[in-house]
Amino acid sequence: MEGPIKLETQNVNFYFGDNLVLKNISIRIPSNRITAIIGPSGCGKSTFLRLFNRMNDVLEGARVEGKVLIDGVDIYNSNIDVAMLRRKVGMVFQKPNPFPTSIFDNVAYGPRIHGLHKGKDLREIVENALRQAALWDEVKDKLHRSALELSGGQQQRLCIARCLAVEPEVLLMDEPASALDPISTLKIEELMQGLKERYTIVIVTHNMQEAARVSDYTGFIYKGELVEFAPTVDIFEHPQNKLTEDYITGRFG
Amino acid sequence: MKQRSVWESFIEKVIFIGGISGIVFLFLIFAFLFKESFLFFFQYPWKDFFGGTQWYPTSEPPRFGLLPLLAGSLVVTLGAIAISVPLGIACAIYISEVAPPWVREIFKPLMELIAAIPSVVLGFIGLVVLVPFLKQVFNLPTGLSALAGSITLAFMALPTITSISEDALTVLPREYKEASLALGATHWQTIYHILLPAAKSGIIAAIMLGLGRAIGETMAVLMVTGNAAIIPYSFLQPVRTMTATIAIEMGEIVRGGLHYRALFAIGLFLFIITFTVNLIADWVIQRQKRVSG
Ligand SMILES: Nc1ncnc2c1ncn2[C@@H]1O[C@H](COP(=O)(O)OP(=O)(O)O)[C@@H](O)[C@H]1O
Ligand SMILES: [Mg+2]
Repeated sequence: MEGPIKLETQNVNFYFGDNLVLKNISIRIPSNRITAIIGPSGCGKSTFLRLFNRMNDVLEGARVEGKVLIDGVDIYNSNIDVAMLRRKVGMVFQKPNPFPTSIFDNVAYGPRIHGLHKGKDLREIVENALRQAALWDEVKDKLHRSALELSGGQQQRLCIARCLAVEPEVLLMDEPASALDPISTLKIEELMQGLKERYTIVIVTHNMQEAARVSDYTGFIYKGELVEFAPTVDIFEHPQNKLTEDYITGRFG
Repeated sequence: MKQRSVWESFIEKVIFIGGISGIVFLFLIFAFLFKESFLFFFQYPWKDFFGGTQWYPTSEPPRFGLLPLLAGSLVVTLGAIAISVPLGIACAIYISEVAPPWVREIFKPLMELIAAIPSVVLGFIGLVVLVPFLKQVFNLPTGLSALAGSITLAFMALPTITSISEDALTVLPREYKEASLALGATHWQTIYHILLPAAKSGIIAAIMLGLGRAIGETMAVLMVTGNAAIIPYSFLQPVRTMTATIAIEMGEIVRGGLHYRALFAIGLFLFIITFTVNLIADWVIQRQKRVSG
């Protein structure tokens, strides 16, 4: 695999209580690329994604074995500041989840709590983030209106902008378009192409066409195991594993 | 069949009479309250009532200055707010966000239990435990004081404030919390900047309901505040509230006399205050419903 590695797992097992949800997963995800994770519902895609910002930590009975590394640093080490980690590793959720405040305050929230606005104009940070998320033109005249008045697609782009405002290095996206209409989906896919210059993006999707369209690499997870991980072209044209082939040709799932 | 319809129309009539008589009684109470109060203001200048600093109903001539009683009520109530609101919100945060699930399981029924204690019992506990304690700690002559009243009232309002604020925090969508944590906020930053503001209207309603029970409360306060009708300059002084005044003096006066009517004037004034507070509370709750629904 070419280029530097941003995210890595080594023999990771993940449990919810006694339930083994991820089995011995080892993966090396390259910098500044879009990596798609595909697999049938319930196979552990979200759980896998949430390893990298430790969002599984807040769930009951969650337990990790093995190593999860970002830039070679073990993020489950006890001296890691989880809040700092999450600032570096942003996440966009399946269901758009803006705060019930104004559009401006949604985006400004991260910079405010991290003190990023000191010496810099908060408006500028907010505008920048909204521009990167391709939302600025649609909301620039109503920044102080409630975020809940936006359409679903706009809300999801607002959530992306909210992430970008804290200047992360990695963007985790958990089926970001699954609740959206086709036009909004297209907008978000276009947006991702622009973002990969600056961010390492991992996107979970159960939509194989979407994975094929947007990603450089694709990993296929089945029943908690990483069956295959390779450049997207290879996965879709010459899958090495029979399971992968069956899945992408729609024979199950 | 016929039997049944006769029975039903009978039930309907009973319900109708019940409803109407409720309204009629309420109306009669208002009428009585207004009548006696107006008669009072014919005989006694309203300026001296609302502006007077002395409540000496038996002096010659009698003085019915509301201010010491109003001040007593205000001091006790404000003290109760200052104690119960921060404490109630802190408890709600602890239970909804910090405590392990089993604490929550125990806590909910416990709060309901405390809320169901009759106020006389609370007053009695205040009298035999709290008052001697305050007397010793602050080196007071008796310990009967505005502070004792405030603490007793706060204890009455606390279960409601805590329980309803906790509900308001618990029903918030999990997504708000996840979104905030995922942006790198700490748990406390999330509580302070996201959860509390999102639950704000619910918490305000909780405070209103909690204090609603406490403000009109008479017995418990009467038992622990010492009942001296003087304008207090500190929380450690005895005070007399408006409700306590009515309760204490109503038994020993001439029906239809000026003193009697003065007590009704206090009653009317209390009624207007309570009514206004309820109106505001209703408005806040309605607004909350519109925002979240
Ligand atoms: N909070 C949780 N507690 C217990 N089990 C969970 C929890 N979340 C998910 N699981 C289980 O873990 C497995 C993987 O779930 P998930 O990662 O959400 O799958 P996917 O995102 O691929 O649909 C599922 O079998 C699910 O039942
Ligand atoms: Mg999922």
